[in-house]
Amino acid sequence: MTSTSDGVGPPSPPGAMEWIRKNLFSNWYNSLLTILGATVVYFTLINIITWVFNTADWRPVTVAPLLYLVGQYPREELWRAGISLLMVTFLVGMSWGVWKRYVRAFAIFMGILLGILAVFPLETTTITLPIRAFMLINPFLIYLGYRIGRLQSVHGRHVATLWLITLLLIPLVILPGFENSSLLPKVPTTVWGGLLITLLLSVGGIVLSFPIGVLLALGRRSSLPVVKLFSIFFIEVVRGVPLVTILFMFSIILALFLPSESRIDRVIRALMGTVVFSAAYTAENVRGGLQAIPPGQVEAAKAMGLKNFHITILIVLPQALRLVIPTIVGQFISLFKDTTLVYIVGINDLLGIGNAVLNLNPEFVRLQMEVYLFIAVIFWVFSYFMSYASLQLEKALGVGER
Amino acid sequence: MSEQNKDDQPIVIARDVHKWFDNFQALKGINMEVKIGEVIVIFGPSGSGKSTFIRTLNRLEEHQRGTIIIDGIELSHDVRNIERVRREIGMVFQQFNLFPHLTVLQNITLAPIWVRRWSKEKADEIAMQLLERVGIPEQAQKFPGQLSGGQQQRVAIARALAMQPKIMLFDEPTSALDPEMIKEVLDVMVELAKSGMTMLVVTHEMGFARAVAHRMYFFDGGLIVESGTPDQIFKNPQQDRTKLFLSQILSH
Repeated sequence: MTSTSDGVGPPSPPGAMEWIRKNLFSNWYNSLLTILGATVVYFTLINIITWVFNTADWRPVTVAPLLYLVGQYPREELWRAGISLLMVTFLVGMSWGVWKRYVRAFAIFMGILLGILAVFPLETTTITLPIRAFMLINPFLIYLGYRIGRLQSVHGRHVATLWLITLLLIPLVILPGFENSSLLPKVPTTVWGGLLITLLLSVGGIVLSFPIGVLLALGRRSSLPVVKLFSIFFIEVVRGVPLVTILFMFSIILALFLPSESRIDRVIRALMGTVVFSAAYTAENVRGGLQAIPPGQVEAAKAMGLKNFHITILIVLPQALRLVIPTIVGQFISLFKDTTLVYIVGINDLLGIGNAVLNLNPEFVRLQMEVYLFIAVIFWVFSYFMSYASLQLEKALGVGER
Repeated sequence: MSEQNKDDQPIVIARDVHKWFDNFQALKGINMEVKIGEVIVIFGPSGSGKSTFIRTLNRLEEHQRGTIIIDGIELSHDVRNIERVRREIGMVFQQFNLFPHLTVLQNITLAPIWVRRWSKEKADEIAMQLLERVGIPEQAQKFPGQLSGGQQQRVAIARALAMQPKIMLFDEPTSALDPEMIKEVLDVMVELAKSGMTMLVVTHEMGFARAVAHRMYFFDGGLIVESGTPDQIFKNPQQDRTKLFLSQILSH
């Protein structure tokens, strides 16, 4: 036991009863407000709970959960989506093992989510026992990856290489397959859909637009007039046009100009549109970070004889990017939600599948509330998670900040 | 050419150096020659061009007229010459300009690794020796933000020395420091001066000038108003402006 001899230790925190009395019932009108507020909250909650469990008709969701996940992806080829998921979860685990706290929140969240999905008490014929078992492997695979990632011989660059290979392999080889292949028969992107498309477009959009955006931001500050003018032109033109327009341009106009035999896949075209759009915004956000770096930093680096290229990648970018994490993540969250716009160019992303299901059965037409709420919850889970992860990343990177 | 002869050659030659910022003329023809091992103190009122002048020596500022020759290399638009010169000149800034995202050790080893292409082991070893020399080896793994101003400036000196420069430039190295930290930085600089380093120091620390300077230059309005040994400057200044300025900074 230690005791402060002068008796001036910090005051002990108030007990629960005292806190309630002080904050909720300090005088007659506060008490009245508390009671009123509690009543409103109580009835709202009761209503929501009864609606969710009794009134709501969840058939549009339960009738075809797989549709929301992968769209019309052939069910006999579903294992390919499953394998892709396993690869990703394993790598998430490895990243957790290698980069520790930077990825920890993400890995744990993903494991829990997939674990819940595996045992979710949903009565439906489409989610078979093998699929549930498959889902349940994922949390364990994350843990296995974590143990492997913690091994001494595993380095960050190994995991980064594996990520690069996986992110190229999944959308280019495993999911589309090849003509005349018996192991991986061709699956045209016309049947891809649901969360699969949403994630493909948003992850692809984020991963590809980020480096392009950084290059554009640097280009805008370049002393080479051609590079500078091109960057300014690109950024200002793209930022002046709505995303819908860009998606239309890439889906329709690009297809018109190219000969039909070299036609680019429509999902790729939509992805190109998202990347172009997002890159312009990333560029402006990164430029904000670049401008916040004091000129003394560059001067000190120059005075030591470092080349401009080294100054940029060793001194300026690490500091600038750290500063803009919150804005960039915010921008990626909007990109994630904006991918729903590809519904307009005929791609069945998560929202598109929802609309398709509503049209499936005349009985479902009045059940929009249920479908949209379900989709909203999915979007919220991912978006909230992204902002949570960004907070963790900021904390982890905050060491030594002045 | 014999070694002795080479030592007599000035390592820094500035002839008729002019510099304009838009329409404002910051330097109006500066002439200076510095020999190896000399310690030069440059002082003068703010806006007199003293910082601008030493910044032209490693081309952080570009001079528009005149000639600057460092260790036999003339500064021009040739980028490779500029890089060669910068490798031989270390610089310490008023605001330290340490890299906040790197540890103290990484700050010091960055340039040796990326410019001199040393191995990490060699760079680390020399960095630790330099930290010993400036008296803070125990801070190697900390970030600059965790150090006091005086410690940061000592790290900055170690960082500049890590490139094993022939010349060191100091741009008001103690002006941003709290009074109780000025001494620890000056002690390091005095030790460096006594070790034979060629130094050009912009400072108002007249105690430092008296102790180690070989020559002093008084700048005003973009010109050298007066120069001489510390004895001449302190005891027998010739120009009224020098007298006035010295009386202002020495009066308290």
